[in-house]
Amino acid sequence: MDTELKAGGRLERVLRSGRFAVTAELNPPDSADAEDVYRAALVLSTVCDGINAVDASGAHCHMSSVAICALLTRAGYEPIYQIACRDRNRIAIQGDLLGAAAMGVRNVLCITGDDVTVGDQPEAKRVFDFDSIQLLRTARMMRDEGMFLSGRKLSTRPRLLLGAAANPFAPPLDWRPMRLAKKIAAGADFIQTQYCFDVPRLSEYMDQVRDLGLLDQVYFLVGVGPLRSEKAAEYMRSKVPGVVIPDEIVERLRKTPKKLQREEGKRICVEIIQQVRELEGVDGVHVMAYRHEHLVAEIIEEAGLFPRPRRHGASDPASRARPKQRSVPSKD
Amino acid sequence: MSLRFLQNYPHALEVIYDVFERALQPFSRWLKPGSILEPLVVWTERTGKGPVFDCQMCGQCILHSTGMTCSMTCPKNIRNGPCGGVRTNGNCEVKPETRCVWVEAYERSLEMPRYGPEILQIQPPVNRQLEGTASWINMLHGFDADMPDGWVNTTEIPVIPPEKDQITRASWTPNSKQAAA
Repeated sequence: MDTELKAGGRLERVLRSGRFAVTAELNPPDSADAEDVYRAALVLSTVCDGINAVDASGAHCHMSSVAICALLTRAGYEPIYQIACRDRNRIAIQGDLLGAAAMGVRNVLCITGDDVTVGDQPEAKRVFDFDSIQLLRTARMMRDEGMFLSGRKLSTRPRLLLGAAANPFAPPLDWRPMRLAKKIAAGADFIQTQYCFDVPRLSEYMDQVRDLGLLDQVYFLVGVGPLRSEKAAEYMRSKVPGVVIPDEIVERLRKTPKKLQREEGKRICVEIIQQVRELEGVDGVHVMAYRHEHLVAEIIEEAGLFPRPRRHGASDPASRARPKQRSVPSKD
Repeated sequence: MSLRFLQNYPHALEVIYDVFERALQPFSRWLKPGSILEPLVVWTERTGKGPVFDCQMCGQCILHSTGMTCSMTCPKNIRNGPCGGVRTNGNCEVKPETRCVWVEAYERSLEMPRYGPEILQIQPPVNRQLEGTASWINMLHGFDADMPDGWVNTTEIPVIPPEKDQITRASWTPNSKQAAA
């Protein structure tokens, strides 16, 4: 990789420095109150290097990811703007990439997105004008070549670190490394994976990725998360697309008394973090805890990943300064 | 009548494709968009490819690059699949009772010595203006290869580094069938 920073964000600096990176998912509120976003971000910001703003994950409508990113950058946080191909066509997506970069967003995660039928409004129209790989390549062309898909020039290029998702646990297993190669060729700088509960499989996948010579071409963040109970585990493996949980993990939770299952789920997550940290080519973890941000902080601390590298020239998030409302001078 | 079973002979289909593509070339003078023959070609393509591939008439056919499996039948229209939602039994996240289009595409491409490795290519975004037109005519005149300027002028990075090409071919073995079964 070249020495010049591609985006100059905090996450990129941490990854570049070789420190084990931590990103976490912010659960978007079902509200129109900015405080709800800040409350969740405050818990996460001290324990991670980047906050993922999800784009209607599971096809459930929440506050939009671009708006969350706007709120976060205003307060000096480091968001990772998730952009799904499900709801917007190529014209909207390219415009959003420029807008996000203008607001100070330095990371995007390009994903195809869950299908509309997974959500609570299955009657919606699917867009899927792009797929994730086409989106990645278009974003790379905007950043590196300074033009839209049509070839029209941009006067200022968006400085973005491009991310992609990977799922090493879904079939066809031996094709997965090849799909990763496609994503890297299309422009991925970092990868965030689906929930990892099967470390041996991940290890096998990383070996295949290394054999393809891809390990040093991309930063690899493994997705992890706590299981709250045996029931939650059963729900996730059967209802959430792409999540694979081995029987041993569910069995381990089943043997635990109901009251202690939450604690056990957290312990499993911490153990997985410690195991994946030992794997060659793993540069960080991406912690996802649906509606449980405070658990993320506990997990990261118990996994020995705290404190995080300090931010450059940024004030303490707790005493963040809100931008002043600029008064618009009236014409008359 | 469904002729979907023919897709289980991907090598035969790629040979037919090859012969067919060459056989069409001499007729390019008459097979033009807007010509009298165009509706006939559209009808032939729809009735020919429909029962076999569940053809969606996108007008820019990439069947030979995707294991003779139509990627437009994927509910998410993914041209560079499969997505991360494939179930552990290899079925689709959206339609749990059907096999993932891309699992089939991958498995079939392994049995296609000629065009199989084309599944490694990155497919450009779909040109929605070609929907409903005859991909055979578009292919003859290169309309299906007509990509947006930005896409054409972007520096191409090889999907697999050239020095690792050997490893790719070696791992090109159909052992995913057991994993998916």
